Amino acid sequence: MKPLILETQDLCVAYGRVEAIHKVSIRIREGEIVTVIGPNGAGKTTLLSALMGLLPARGDIRYQGQLSSGSTAVDKLVGKGLVLVPEKRELFGSMSVADNLLLGAFARHRRGLRDHAKTMDEVFAIFPRLAERRTQEAGTLSGGERQMLAMGRALMAKPTLLMLDEPSLGLAPLIVREIFRIVQQLKAMGVSILLVEQNARAALQVADYGYVLENGSVALENDARSLLDDPRVIESYLGLGGSHSIAA
Amino acid sequence: MRCDGTAAPRTPAGIGVNASIALILVQDGVTNGAIYALLSLALVLVFAVTRVIFIPQGEFVAYGALSMAAVTAGFLPPTMWLVVTLGIAVALVDSVAALREGAAARLPMIILKNAVLPVLALLAVRYLPLKTLAYPLQIAVALLFVVPLGPQIYRLAFQPVAEATVLLLLIVSVAVHFVLLGLGLYFFGAEGGRTPAFTDGGFNLGASYIQFQTLWIVGIAAVLIAGLALFFEHSIYGKALRATAINRTGARLMGISADLAGKLCFTLAALVGAFSGILIAPITTIYYDTGFLIGLKGFVGAIVGGLASYPLAAAGAILVGLLESYSSFYASAYKEVIVFTLIIPVLLWRSLTTHQVDDEEH
Repeated sequence: MKPLILETQDLCVAYGRVEAIHKVSIRIREGEIVTVIGPNGAGKTTLLSALMGLLPARGDIRYQGQLSSGSTAVDKLVGKGLVLVPEKRELFGSMSVADNLLLGAFARHRRGLRDHAKTMDEVFAIFPRLAERRTQEAGTLSGGERQMLAMGRALMAKPTLLMLDEPSLGLAPLIVREIFRIVQQLKAMGVSILLVEQNARAALQVADYGYVLENGSVALENDARSLLDDPRVIESYLGLGGSHSIAA
Repeated sequence: MRCDGTAAPRTPAGIGVNASIALILVQDGVTNGAIYALLSLALVLVFAVTRVIFIPQGEFVAYGALSMAAVTAGFLPPTMWLVVTLGIAVALVDSVAALREGAAARLPMIILKNAVLPVLALLAVRYLPLKTLAYPLQIAVALLFVVPLGPQIYRLAFQPVAEATVLLLLIVSVAVHFVLLGLGLYFFGAEGGRTPAFTDGGFNLGASYIQFQTLWIVGIAAVLIAGLALFFEHSIYGKALRATAINRTGARLMGISADLAGKLCFTLAALVGAFSGILIAPITTIYYDTGFLIGLKGFVGAIVGGLASYPLAAAGAILVGLLESYSSFYASAYKEVIVFTLIIPVLLWRSLTTHQVDDEEH
């Protein structure tokens, strides 16, 4: 078994008195793609925000063996290679593609690592489109290009664990295929990935392990292959019928 | 006609502006405008990055000028005690925060950087022959004990409420302004200060006489503005500040901490403010409370730029300078009224022409 890179134990996140995440325990091992699927409003984005230190949480979060419950600042986690590509991309719209990428390396730069030129070439090798658009303002990119830039910018931080929030959201099917191909390519390069998706089939096809999140709790977990064949998952998430919940 | 608000000579009735008077007014307006431009840039920067409307900007002008006056007279800048005190306070606050995070290993560095360093600087400067020091070194000493107040104030007053509303931040800002004003009176007394010119004298250009100090002011302001532009366009820290202004969440996710960005832009604002004070101290007497009015005029410039555009803010600030010099010639009693009334048409124009633009479609 490969060593654990991230582990949560009974993680709870509340907005005021409303609990959005209830006792969620997940594990991600080095070099794996782990996916969290589930319907809209299941708490997937909330989970990622809590892992990133953007939201206060109760329960344990262990990243690379170190407890980082609640009080650890986002920039410290980024410095340790935990990087989130948010659902809204959060690009720097009026700055160039190259500057967006450069800022992805900010945390490394602060730690005295000045290898961003080389990393940027690697990112351009993965996303040739970004190389073509390097002087263009990020705000003028198409939806697919924005997602590529958001991922490329995250890769500039040389992540140990890359967390992707709905990378396929709002993209054309062809681009979605491209994005998932790149996700697999990143895995081959040794990056561990936590993939949150509504597109359950595509996510389970690339993932090693999967969790089904419903109403803030883990309803089901298993190897991704087994989940693809699980009648409950098929009926709720993969079938044409759409989204009944598993727990109900 | 000066920044400090002393009245210009009354216009003899019925005399129009001839070319030489116009030239003097322009010279005066551009000189003051250059200072306002510097301040307006700092205000735009601080607001864009931290959402703080930086009212105490003017206090930094006064502190800079009066510290320089102290140094050129051979005294240590009295603000050094404030720097040391706030340094110790920052060390305490940061230490508590580090202990809470369980990062006790960071304590020695925190204490060294915040509390020990200012004391060492103080001890070092104590034995310098301040009065006979070269002028640039005197400037360095004056800045050394004013500029650190910027990041210190950010850490103590703004960082704990960094996520609060613009209104709350504004109220904190007003509070800091009054505290610094009071401390200014305590440190520097009620008498004004003036410093020797960078270079004495001047020369005749056509019909008008131009002081060398005027050239210094406009020149150094231009160099500082160019330097800031280079910093924002080409350094990774400058880009990080811009990124924070464009998208705070995005910047956070790249490991650009809001604390770092806040401290960095307060340092720049303090530097720009104090340096502006040092620039104008030779041409006008600065009192402990002079800075506020100067800062407000920079603010009018910043408003012209919508607190967002640097070139527009600078242009607006020059306009304020010119408007001020002309109105002090034609209607000196109403000069401040005219300058601040400029804000009304500007706000009207802005609210009519600006539409909400999202940086990012979601």
